[in-house]
Amino acid sequence: MANTQSMCTSFMGELMTATHNFGVAPIRAATTADTFKGALFLASATLNASTTAYATTGEVTGTNYTAGGVTVTNATAPIATNSSVTAGVAYWTPSASLSYSNVTLSTAFDTVLIYNSTQSNKAVSVHTFGSQTITAGTFTLTMPSNTTTTALLRLATT
Amino acid sequence: MIVTTTKGNMDDSLLEKKEGSVDNDDESTTWVEYWLDGELVHRSAHVTLKKAPSFAGAETASF
Repeated sequence: MANTQSMCTSFMGELMTATHNFGVAPIRAATTADTFKGALFLASATLNASTTAYATTGEVTGTNYTAGGVTVTNATAPIATNSSVTAGVAYWTPSASLSYSNVTLSTAFDTVLIYNSTQSNKAVSVHTFGSQTITAGTFTLTMPSNTTTTALLRLATT
Repeated sequence: MIVTTTKGNMDDSLLEKKEGSVDNDDESTTWVEYWLDGELVHRSAHVTLKKAPSFAGAETASF
């Protein structure tokens, strides 16, 4: 037997469920999962890793689209899996597609911002795709498979 | 089939249908358009994300 220096994979999974706090954090009002939302942004917007919270600047506007987007279905808790004694992955994916029904979005958009509407709309992730417009139709964004290599959110050690 | 359009609900037999798709490492996308007399009256799109584009790495300090 030998010890191996590593970051514990369980820790990464627990980061996704707010178990650890090394600094100042908000007081959580409940032990249930937060509510996350997905908002669409114009191709001309500038969302990136420095985005800290949802804001309407650069968000799409149009018929039947509500500012802030739609609620993310979250029926599957984060999973943490070891791949070796030194490496592992914690991952999470929304459990259903995001759907924006009967909308008209005339200006090209190419981004969805996932953010935490329970925690002051703090940003989670920015995902881009080929530029789209919608005319009296539905835009559906189907999530990748919830695996260690394709999940929407992944924290990993290698 | 009834299609929602900028002119209200219409039977698709009255409309010209155009479809397209894109498939690459990041996404698989399909779209459908309906046109009436040269005017776009309906466009829907379905994007399937294949993977998250970024991958966060983490490691502990070495001593």
